[in-house]
Amino acid sequence: MQETITVSGAEPSPALRRVKEWIQPCIQCGTCSGSCPNEFAMDLTPRRLWRMVLMGQENDIFKSRTFTLCSSCYYCTLRCPRGLPLTEAMAALKQASAGRGLRTHRQSNLFYGSFMQSVRRHGRVREMEFMALYFMGLGNPLLPLRFAPLGLKLMVKGKVSLQVPSRGSGKLDALFNKVKEMETPAAGSNPNGE
Amino acid sequence: MTYIYYPGCSLEGSAKEYDHATRAFLDIMEVERVELDDWTCCGATAADAQSRLLSLALPARNLALAEKAAPGCDILVPCSACYLNLKKVAHKSAAEPETLREINAVLAAEGMVYHGNSSVRHLLDVLVRDLGADRLAPKITRQLHGLAIAPYYGCQCLRPFAVFDDPEAPVSMDALITACGANVFQWSMGPKCCGASHMNTKMEVGLTLAGAILKAAEGADAIVTVCPMCQMNLEAFQKKISRRQGSPVDITIMYLPQLLGLATGLSQKAVGLDLNLAVTQEFRSKLEQNPASKAVTVESACERATG
Repeated sequence: MQETITVSGAEPSPALRRVKEWIQPCIQCGTCSGSCPNEFAMDLTPRRLWRMVLMGQENDIFKSRTFTLCSSCYYCTLRCPRGLPLTEAMAALKQASAGRGLRTHRQSNLFYGSFMQSVRRHGRVREMEFMALYFMGLGNPLLPLRFAPLGLKLMVKGKVSLQVPSRGSGKLDALFNKVKEMETPAAGSNPNGE
Repeated sequence: MTYIYYPGCSLEGSAKEYDHATRAFLDIMEVERVELDDWTCCGATAADAQSRLLSLALPARNLALAEKAAPGCDILVPCSACYLNLKKVAHKSAAEPETLREINAVLAAEGMVYHGNSSVRHLLDVLVRDLGADRLAPKITRQLHGLAIAPYYGCQCLRPFAVFDDPEAPVSMDALITACGANVFQWSMGPKCCGASHMNTKMEVGLTLAGAILKAAEGADAIVTVCPMCQMNLEAFQKKISRRQGSPVDITIMYLPQLLGLATGLSQKAVGLDLNLAVTQEFRSKLEQNPASKAVTVESACERATG
Protein backbone atom coordinates (compact mmCIF):
# COMPACT_ATOMS: atom_id res chain seq x y z
CA MET A 1 0.00 0.00 0.00
CA GLN A 2 1.12 3.49 -0.78
CA GLU A 3 0.60 4.59 2.84
CA THR A 4 3.08 2.05 4.15
CA ILE A 5 5.78 3.47 1.93
CA THR A 6 5.24 6.97 3.34
CA VAL A 7 5.52 5.60 6.89
CA SER A 8 8.82 3.86 6.45
CA GLY A 9 10.26 6.86 4.60
CA ALA A 10 9.31 9.77 6.88
CA GLU A 11 10.82 10.75 10.21
CA PRO A 12 8.12 12.37 12.37
CA SER A 13 8.67 15.94 13.52
CA PRO A 14 9.44 16.42 17.24
CA ALA A 15 5.87 17.59 17.89
CA LEU A 16 4.37 14.54 16.27
CA ARG A 17 6.87 12.24 17.95
CA ARG A 18 5.63 13.44 21.33
CA VAL A 19 1.98 12.82 20.41
CA LYS A 20 2.88 9.43 18.98
CA GLU A 21 4.47 8.41 22.27
CA TRP A 22 1.29 9.34 24.15
CA ILE A 23 -0.99 7.54 21.68
CA GLN A 24 1.09 4.36 21.38
CA PRO A 25 -1.17 2.24 23.64
CA CYS A 26 -4.30 3.15 21.59
CA ILE A 27 -6.40 0.05 20.85
CA GLN A 28 -8.59 1.78 18.22
CA CYS A 29 -11.78 1.09 20.16
CA GLY A 30 -13.41 4.35 19.00
CA THR A 31 -14.65 5.48 22.41
CA CYS A 32 -13.10 8.90 21.66
CA SER A 33 -15.07 9.26 18.42
CA GLY A 34 -18.28 8.14 20.09
CA SER A 35 -17.79 10.62 22.94
CA CYS A 36 -16.77 13.66 20.90
CA PRO A 37 -19.47 16.37 20.65
CA ASN A 38 -17.79 17.84 17.55
CA GLU A 39 -17.25 14.59 15.66
CA PHE A 40 -20.18 15.39 13.33
CA ALA A 41 -18.22 18.33 11.89
CA MET A 42 -14.83 16.62 11.57
CA ASP A 43 -13.35 15.35 8.30
CA LEU A 44 -11.55 12.56 10.20
CA THR A 45 -12.94 10.96 13.35
CA PRO A 46 -10.63 11.19 16.37
CA ARG A 47 -10.04 7.42 16.21
CA ARG A 48 -8.83 7.70 12.60
CA LEU A 49 -6.67 10.67 13.47
CA TRP A 50 -4.91 8.69 16.22
CA ARG A 51 -4.32 5.82 13.81
CA MET A 52 -2.75 8.24 11.36
CA VAL A 53 -0.51 9.59 14.10
CA LEU A 54 0.69 6.06 14.78
CA MET A 55 1.23 5.53 11.05
CA GLY A 56 3.18 8.79 10.83
CA GLN A 57 0.99 10.31 8.10
CA GLU A 58 2.02 13.80 9.01
CA ASN A 59 0.91 15.67 5.89
CA ASP A 60 -2.60 14.26 5.99
CA ILE A 61 -2.90 15.00 9.70
CA PHE A 62 -2.11 18.67 9.25
CA LYS A 63 -4.38 18.94 6.21
CA SER A 64 -7.27 17.83 8.41
CA ARG A 65 -9.45 20.23 10.44
CA THR A 66 -10.18 17.59 13.05
CA PHE A 67 -7.88 18.83 15.82
CA THR A 68 -9.02 22.45 15.37
CA LEU A 69 -12.54 21.20 16.11
CA CYS A 70 -11.57 19.92 19.55
CA SER A 71 -13.37 22.16 22.07
CA SER A 72 -11.47 20.72 25.08
CA CYS A 73 -14.54 19.13 26.69
CA TYR A 74 -12.36 16.25 27.99
CA TYR A 75 -15.01 13.54 27.37
CA CYS A 76 -12.52 11.42 25.41
CA THR A 77 -9.82 11.86 28.05
CA LEU A 78 -12.28 10.88 30.77
CA ARG A 79 -13.58 7.81 28.94
CA CYS A 80 -10.53 6.43 27.12
CA PRO A 81 -10.16 2.86 28.43
CA ARG A 82 -6.38 3.18 28.05
CA GLY A 83 -6.31 6.43 30.03
CA LEU A 84 -4.57 8.35 27.25
CA PRO A 85 -4.25 12.17 27.39
CA LEU A 86 -6.27 12.68 24.21
CA THR A 87 -7.36 16.29 24.77
CA GLU A 88 -3.75 17.20 25.48
CA ALA A 89 -2.72 15.41 22.30
CA MET A 90 -5.26 17.47 20.32
CA ALA A 91 -3.74 20.62 21.88
CA ALA A 92 -0.25 19.46 20.89
CA LEU A 93 -1.43 19.15 17.28
CA LYS A 94 -2.96 22.66 17.46
CA GLN A 95 0.39 23.96 18.75
CA ALA A 96 2.33 22.17 16.03
CA SER A 97 0.06 23.58 13.32
CA ALA A 98 0.23 27.14 14.73
CA GLY A 99 3.84 27.38 13.57
CA ARG A 100 3.12 26.04 10.10
CA GLY A 101 0.90 28.86 8.83
CA LEU A 102 -1.45 26.52 6.99
CA ARG A 103 -4.42 28.05 5.18
CA THR A 104 -6.88 25.50 6.58
CA HIS A 105 -6.18 26.66 10.12
CA ARG A 106 -5.64 30.34 9.45
CA GLN A 107 -8.81 31.54 11.16
CA SER A 108 -8.23 29.58 14.39
CA ASN A 109 -4.59 30.62 14.56
CA LEU A 110 -5.44 34.26 14.00
CA PHE A 111 -8.13 34.12 16.68
CA TYR A 112 -5.81 32.63 19.30
CA GLY A 113 -2.89 34.79 18.18
CA SER A 114 -4.93 37.99 18.57
CA PHE A 115 -6.00 36.90 22.03
CA MET A 116 -2.39 36.32 23.09
CA GLN A 117 -1.29 39.67 21.65
CA SER A 118 -3.73 41.47 23.93
CA VAL A 119 -2.62 39.41 26.93
CA ARG A 120 1.02 40.14 26.21
CA ARG A 121 0.36 43.89 26.16
CA HIS A 122 -1.82 44.24 29.22
CA GLY A 123 -1.40 41.04 31.22
CA ARG A 124 -5.15 40.56 30.92
CA VAL A 125 -7.14 40.17 27.73
CA ARG A 126 -9.14 43.20 26.67
CA GLU A 127 -12.04 41.61 24.85
CA MET A 128 -12.73 44.41 22.35
CA GLU A 129 -9.06 44.94 21.52
CA PHE A 130 -8.64 41.24 20.91
CA MET A 131 -11.70 41.06 18.65
CA ALA A 132 -10.51 44.17 16.76
CA LEU A 133 -7.12 42.53 16.15
CA TYR A 134 -8.86 39.35 15.01
CA PHE A 135 -11.14 41.14 12.53
CA MET A 136 -8.29 43.30 11.23
CA GLY A 137 -6.21 40.19 10.65
CA LEU A 138 -8.99 38.33 8.86
CA GLY A 139 -9.34 41.13 6.33
CA ASN A 140 -12.94 40.06 5.74
CA PRO A 141 -15.15 43.15 6.07
CA LEU A 142 -18.35 41.10 6.30
CA LEU A 143 -17.39 38.78 9.13
CA PRO A 144 -17.44 41.42 11.92
CA LEU A 145 -21.08 42.09 11.03
CA ARG A 146 -22.01 38.70 12.45
CA PHE A 147 -20.72 39.87 15.82
CA ALA A 148 -21.73 43.55 15.63
CA PRO A 149 -25.14 43.12 17.36
CA LEU A 150 -23.50 41.29 20.27
CA GLY A 151 -20.69 43.85 20.54
CA LEU A 152 -23.22 46.67 20.63
CA LYS A 153 -25.29 44.93 23.30
CA LEU A 154 -22.22 44.47 25.48
CA MET A 155 -21.21 48.11 25.00
CA VAL A 156 -24.67 49.41 25.86
CA LYS A 157 -24.52 47.40 29.09
CA GLY A 158 -21.12 48.90 29.86
CA LYS A 159 -19.40 45.51 29.90
CA VAL A 160 -16.87 46.32 27.19
CA SER A 161 -15.69 49.50 25.48
CA LEU A 162 -14.28 50.20 22.04
CA GLN A 163 -10.54 49.91 22.00
CA VAL A 164 -7.92 50.84 19.48
CA PRO A 165 -5.17 48.22 19.74
CA SER A 166 -2.32 49.81 21.68
CA ARG A 167 1.35 49.76 20.75
CA GLY A 168 4.62 49.95 22.63
CA SER A 169 6.04 47.62 25.26
CA GLY A 170 3.84 45.06 26.94
CA LYS A 171 3.41 43.97 30.55
CA LEU A 172 4.31 40.34 29.85
CA ASP A 173 7.04 40.93 27.23
CA ALA A 174 9.72 39.29 29.39
CA LEU A 175 7.68 36.13 29.91
CA PHE A 176 6.66 35.85 26.25
CA ASN A 177 10.22 36.48 25.05
CA LYS A 178 11.59 33.81 27.38
CA VAL A 179 9.01 31.28 26.13
CA LYS A 180 9.99 32.07 22.55
CA GLU A 181 13.67 31.72 23.34
CA MET A 182 13.14 28.34 25.01
CA GLU A 183 10.94 27.05 22.18
CA THR A 184 13.35 28.01 19.42
CA PRO A 185 15.74 25.10 18.92
CA ALA A 186 19.35 26.23 19.32
CA ALA A 187 21.51 25.86 16.20
CA GLY A 188 23.50 22.64 16.16
CA SER A 189 21.59 21.08 19.06
CA ASN A 190 20.97 17.35 19.17
CA PRO A 191 17.59 16.73 17.49
CA ASN A 192 16.87 13.88 19.90
CA GLY A 193 17.71 15.83 23.00
CA GLU A 194 14.53 17.98 23.18
CA MET B 1 -11.40 30.22 56.04
CA THR B 2 -9.91 32.83 53.74
CA TYR B 3 -9.59 32.24 50.00
CA ILE B 4 -7.40 33.89 47.41
CA TYR B 5 -9.84 35.17 44.79
CA TYR B 6 -8.80 34.91 41.13
CA PRO B 7 -11.53 36.56 39.01
CA GLY B 8 -9.97 36.14 35.55
CA CYS B 9 -10.32 38.46 32.55
CA SER B 10 -13.94 37.72 31.58
CA LEU B 11 -15.17 38.75 35.02
CA GLU B 12 -13.79 42.24 34.38
CA GLY B 13 -15.61 42.49 31.03
CA SER B 14 -18.38 40.47 29.46
CA ALA B 15 -19.01 38.52 32.69
CA LYS B 16 -19.04 41.47 35.12
CA GLU B 17 -22.28 40.29 36.67
CA TYR B 18 -20.68 36.94 37.57
CA ASP B 19 -18.08 38.84 39.58
CA HIS B 20 -20.66 41.14 41.23
CA ALA B 21 -22.96 38.30 42.16
CA THR B 22 -20.15 36.07 43.42
CA ARG B 23 -18.75 38.77 45.70
CA ALA B 24 -22.18 39.85 46.96
CA PHE B 25 -23.31 36.28 47.66
CA LEU B 26 -20.05 35.32 49.38
CA ASP B 27 -20.45 38.40 51.60
CA ILE B 28 -23.86 37.16 52.67
CA MET B 29 -22.39 33.75 53.42
CA GLU B 30 -19.57 35.49 55.32
CA VAL B 31 -16.89 33.89 53.20
CA GLU B 32 -13.69 35.87 53.46
CA ARG B 33 -11.44 36.25 50.47
CA VAL B 34 -8.65 38.47 49.18
CA GLU B 35 -8.24 39.23 45.48
CA LEU B 36 -4.90 38.07 44.11
CA ASP B 37 -2.77 41.16 43.62
CA ASP B 38 -1.36 41.74 40.10
CA TRP B 39 -3.07 38.64 38.62
CA THR B 40 -2.79 38.10 34.87
CA CYS B 41 -4.55 36.01 32.21
CA CYS B 42 -4.54 32.22 32.68
CA GLY B 43 -4.04 31.68 28.93
CA ALA B 44 -7.69 30.73 28.31
CA THR B 45 -7.98 28.24 25.44
CA ALA B 46 -5.67 30.41 23.35
CA ALA B 47 -2.30 29.65 24.96
CA ASP B 48 -2.93 25.92 24.77
CA ALA B 49 -3.57 26.21 21.04
CA GLN B 50 -0.38 28.21 20.45
CA SER B 51 2.43 27.08 22.69
CA ARG B 52 2.79 24.38 25.32
CA LEU B 53 5.27 26.40 27.36
CA LEU B 54 3.06 29.50 27.33
CA SER B 55 0.10 27.41 28.47
CA LEU B 56 2.19 26.34 31.46
CA ALA B 57 3.83 29.69 32.24
CA LEU B 58 0.75 31.94 32.19
CA PRO B 59 -1.16 30.01 34.88
CA ALA B 60 2.07 29.39 36.82
CA ARG B 61 2.72 33.12 37.13
CA ASN B 62 -0.53 33.45 39.06
CA LEU B 63 0.07 30.33 41.13
CA ALA B 64 3.50 31.70 42.09
CA LEU B 65 1.96 35.03 43.14
CA ALA B 66 -0.68 33.27 45.25
CA GLU B 67 1.82 30.88 46.81
CA LYS B 68 3.95 33.83 47.91
CA ALA B 69 1.10 36.10 49.04
CA ALA B 70 -0.84 33.52 51.04
CA PRO B 71 0.83 30.14 51.40
CA GLY B 72 -1.61 27.34 52.12
CA CYS B 73 -4.69 29.32 51.07
CA ASP B 74 -7.09 27.81 48.53
CA ILE B 75 -7.38 29.73 45.26
CA LEU B 76 -11.05 30.38 44.50
CA VAL B 77 -11.86 30.58 40.78
CA PRO B 78 -15.35 31.26 39.34
CA CYS B 79 -14.45 30.75 35.64
CA SER B 80 -14.22 27.10 34.59
CA ALA B 81 -11.55 27.73 31.94
CA CYS B 82 -9.33 29.65 34.39
CA TYR B 83 -9.97 26.98 37.00
CA LEU B 84 -8.85 24.16 34.75
CA ASN B 85 -5.78 26.02 33.45
CA LEU B 86 -4.59 26.85 36.97
CA LYS B 87 -5.41 23.40 38.30
CA LYS B 88 -3.71 21.58 35.41
CA VAL B 89 -0.47 23.46 35.99
CA ALA B 90 -0.65 22.99 39.77
CA HIS B 91 -1.21 19.27 39.19
CA LYS B 92 1.61 18.90 36.65
CA SER B 93 4.03 20.92 38.77
CA ALA B 94 3.46 18.66 41.75
CA ALA B 95 3.69 15.45 39.70
CA GLU B 96 6.42 16.25 37.15
CA PRO B 97 9.66 17.81 38.48
CA GLU B 98 10.90 18.32 34.91
CA THR B 99 7.82 20.41 34.01
CA LEU B 100 8.25 22.49 37.17
CA ARG B 101 11.86 23.11 36.18
CA GLU B 102 10.77 24.34 32.74
CA ILE B 103 8.12 26.58 34.29
CA ASN B 104 10.64 28.15 36.63
CA ALA B 105 13.05 28.77 33.76
CA VAL B 106 10.33 30.98 32.23
CA LEU B 107 9.20 32.58 35.49
CA ALA B 108 12.79 33.62 36.19
CA ALA B 109 12.28 36.24 33.46
CA GLU B 110 9.59 37.75 35.69
CA GLY B 111 11.76 37.36 38.81
CA MET B 112 9.43 34.70 40.20
CA VAL B 113 9.67 31.16 41.56
CA TYR B 114 6.93 28.55 41.84
CA HIS B 115 7.27 25.66 44.26
CA GLY B 116 4.25 23.64 43.17
CA ASN B 117 2.18 24.00 46.35
CA SER B 118 -1.28 25.17 45.32
CA SER B 119 -4.82 24.16 45.95
CA VAL B 120 -7.07 25.44 43.15
CA ARG B 121 -10.83 25.34 43.77
CA HIS B 122 -13.76 26.07 41.47
CA LEU B 123 -16.45 28.35 42.91
CA LEU B 124 -19.01 25.53 42.60
CA ASP B 125 -16.72 23.21 44.56
CA VAL B 126 -16.51 25.77 47.38
CA LEU B 127 -20.27 26.39 47.32
CA VAL B 128 -21.02 22.68 47.45
CA ARG B 129 -18.34 21.25 49.75
CA ASP B 130 -17.26 24.14 51.98
CA LEU B 131 -20.66 25.80 52.36
CA GLY B 132 -23.33 23.33 51.24
CA ALA B 133 -27.11 23.46 51.32
CA ASP B 134 -27.12 23.17 55.13
CA ARG B 135 -25.37 26.50 55.59
CA LEU B 136 -27.32 28.08 52.76
CA ALA B 137 -30.81 27.14 54.02
CA PRO B 138 -30.88 29.47 57.08
CA LYS B 139 -29.84 32.42 54.88
CA ILE B 140 -32.73 32.03 52.43
CA THR B 141 -35.10 34.99 52.73
CA ARG B 142 -36.88 34.69 49.38
CA GLN B 143 -38.25 31.27 48.48
CA LEU B 144 -38.07 30.89 44.70
CA HIS B 145 -41.28 28.87 44.53
CA GLY B 146 -42.66 28.04 41.12
CA LEU B 147 -39.35 28.35 39.28
CA ALA B 148 -37.93 25.35 37.41
CA ILE B 149 -34.15 25.73 37.21
CA ALA B 150 -31.97 23.70 34.82
CA PRO B 151 -28.47 23.19 36.27
CA TYR B 152 -25.80 23.51 33.59
CA TYR B 153 -22.22 22.59 34.51
CA GLY B 154 -20.40 22.58 31.19
CA CYS B 155 -17.13 20.73 30.80
CA GLN B 156 -14.11 22.10 32.51
CA CYS B 157 -15.27 22.27 36.13
CA LEU B 158 -16.10 18.54 35.85
CA ARG B 159 -13.45 17.09 33.53
CA PRO B 160 -10.77 15.82 33.45
CA PHE B 161 -10.47 16.29 37.23
CA ALA B 162 -13.43 14.68 38.98
CA VAL B 163 -13.10 16.65 42.21
CA PHE B 164 -16.54 17.38 43.63
CA ASP B 165 -19.08 15.72 41.33
CA ASP B 166 -19.73 12.91 38.86
CA PRO B 167 -18.22 14.16 35.57
CA GLU B 168 -20.80 12.17 33.54
CA ALA B 169 -23.94 12.82 35.58
CA PRO B 170 -23.39 15.78 37.91
CA VAL B 171 -25.90 16.55 40.68
CA SER B 172 -24.05 18.94 42.99
CA MET B 173 -26.20 21.99 42.11
CA ASP B 174 -29.46 20.16 42.88
CA ALA B 175 -29.29 20.61 46.65
CA LEU B 176 -28.47 24.33 46.32
CA ILE B 177 -31.37 24.94 43.92
CA THR B 178 -33.75 23.01 46.14
CA ALA B 179 -32.58 24.97 49.20
CA CYS B 180 -33.70 28.15 47.36
CA GLY B 181 -37.24 26.76 47.14
CA ALA B 182 -36.98 26.26 43.38
CA ASN B 183 -37.48 23.02 41.45
CA VAL B 184 -34.65 21.25 39.68
CA PHE B 185 -35.48 20.84 35.99
CA GLN B 186 -34.67 17.25 35.05
CA TRP B 187 -32.49 16.92 31.97
CA SER B 188 -29.33 15.21 30.80
CA MET B 189 -27.56 18.22 29.23
CA GLY B 190 -25.86 19.45 32.42
CA PRO B 191 -22.34 18.18 31.60
CA LYS B 192 -22.47 18.62 27.78
CA CYS B 193 -20.25 20.98 25.76
CA CYS B 194 -21.60 24.47 24.92
CA GLY B 195 -19.38 24.83 21.84
CA ALA B 196 -16.70 26.84 23.64
CA SER B 197 -14.70 29.14 21.33
CA HIS B 198 -16.19 27.54 18.20
CA MET B 199 -18.77 30.31 18.41
CA ASN B 200 -16.02 32.66 17.17
CA THR B 201 -14.14 30.50 14.70
CA LYS B 202 -16.65 27.85 13.56
CA MET B 203 -19.99 29.40 14.35
CA GLU B 204 -22.15 26.71 12.74
CA VAL B 205 -20.65 24.07 15.03
CA GLY B 206 -21.05 26.31 18.08
CA LEU B 207 -24.68 27.04 17.23
CA THR B 208 -25.43 23.33 16.86
CA LEU B 209 -24.05 22.49 20.32
CA ALA B 210 -25.58 25.47 22.13
CA GLY B 211 -28.86 24.94 20.24
CA ALA B 212 -29.18 21.35 21.47
CA ILE B 213 -28.77 22.50 25.08
CA LEU B 214 -31.30 25.33 24.75
CA LYS B 215 -33.83 23.04 23.06
CA ALA B 216 -33.54 20.47 25.83
CA ALA B 217 -34.26 23.18 28.41
CA GLU B 218 -37.73 23.81 26.99
CA GLY B 219 -40.08 24.00 29.94
CA ALA B 220 -37.49 25.33 32.38
CA ASP B 221 -37.66 28.93 33.65
CA ALA B 222 -33.91 29.42 33.62
CA ILE B 223 -30.60 27.70 33.01
CA VAL B 224 -27.94 28.41 35.63
CA THR B 225 -24.27 28.37 34.65
CA VAL B 226 -20.88 28.47 36.38
CA CYS B 227 -18.66 29.63 33.50
CA PRO B 228 -18.55 32.89 31.48
CA MET B 229 -18.06 31.10 28.15
CA CYS B 230 -21.01 28.74 28.70
CA GLN B 231 -23.11 31.70 29.81
CA MET B 232 -22.25 33.74 26.69
CA ASN B 233 -22.84 30.86 24.28
CA LEU B 234 -26.24 30.11 25.77
CA GLU B 235 -27.47 33.70 26.22
CA ALA B 236 -26.12 35.66 23.24
CA PHE B 237 -27.21 33.61 20.23
CA GLN B 238 -30.80 32.66 21.05
CA LYS B 239 -32.29 34.62 18.11
CA LYS B 240 -29.85 33.05 15.63
CA ILE B 241 -30.55 29.61 17.08
CA SER B 242 -34.34 30.20 16.90
CA ARG B 243 -34.08 31.02 13.20
CA ARG B 244 -31.85 28.02 12.59
CA GLN B 245 -34.03 25.54 14.47
CA GLY B 246 -37.27 27.00 13.17
CA SER B 247 -38.73 27.21 16.68
CA PRO B 248 -38.47 30.08 19.16
CA VAL B 249 -35.85 29.88 21.90
CA ASP B 250 -36.37 32.37 24.70
CA ILE B 251 -35.05 31.37 28.09
CA THR B 252 -33.34 33.10 31.01
CA ILE B 253 -29.65 32.29 31.39
CA MET B 254 -28.01 33.30 34.66
CA TYR B 255 -25.03 32.53 36.84
CA LEU B 256 -25.56 30.26 39.84
CA PRO B 257 -24.50 32.91 42.41
CA GLN B 258 -27.08 35.28 40.86
CA LEU B 259 -29.80 32.75 41.64
CA LEU B 260 -28.44 32.07 45.13
CA GLY B 261 -28.07 35.82 45.70
CA LEU B 262 -31.72 36.45 44.78
CA ALA B 263 -32.80 33.69 47.16
CA THR B 264 -30.75 35.17 49.99
CA GLY B 265 -32.50 38.51 49.57
CA LEU B 266 -30.25 40.41 47.17
CA SER B 267 -32.02 42.67 44.69
CA GLN B 268 -31.94 42.03 40.94
CA LYS B 269 -29.65 45.04 40.63
CA ALA B 270 -27.28 43.78 43.32
CA VAL B 271 -26.73 40.48 41.49
CA GLY B 272 -26.31 42.38 38.20
CA LEU B 273 -29.34 40.82 36.52
CA ASP B 274 -29.69 43.91 34.30
CA LEU B 275 -26.32 43.00 32.74
CA ASN B 276 -27.47 39.56 31.55
CA LEU B 277 -28.33 39.24 27.87
CA ALA B 278 -31.23 36.84 28.27
CA VAL B 279 -33.72 37.40 31.10
CA THR B 280 -37.36 36.89 30.15
CA GLN B 281 -40.25 39.01 31.38
CA GLU B 282 -41.93 35.83 32.55
CA PHE B 283 -38.96 35.03 34.76
CA ARG B 284 -38.99 38.50 36.29
CA SER B 285 -42.72 38.27 37.04
CA LYS B 286 -42.32 34.90 38.71
CA LEU B 287 -39.46 36.35 40.74
CA GLU B 288 -41.59 39.28 41.85
CA GLN B 289 -44.29 36.88 43.05
CA ASN B 290 -41.80 35.79 45.71
CA PRO B 291 -40.88 38.95 47.65
CA ALA B 292 -37.87 38.85 49.92
CA SER B 293 -38.63 39.00 53.62
CA LYS B 294 -35.48 40.87 54.66
CA ALA B 295 -34.37 42.54 51.47
CA VAL B 296 -33.55 45.97 52.89
CA THR B 297 -30.92 44.99 55.42
CA VAL B 298 -29.23 42.63 53.00
CA GLU B 299 -29.27 45.24 50.26
CA SER B 300 -27.03 47.57 52.23
CA ALA B 301 -24.50 44.79 52.78
CA CYS B 302 -24.28 44.05 49.09
CA GLU B 303 -24.10 47.66 47.96
CA ARG B 304 -20.92 47.83 50.00
CA ALA B 305 -19.68 44.70 48.26
CA THR B 306 -20.35 45.78 44.72
CA GLY B 307 -19.82 49.48 45.54
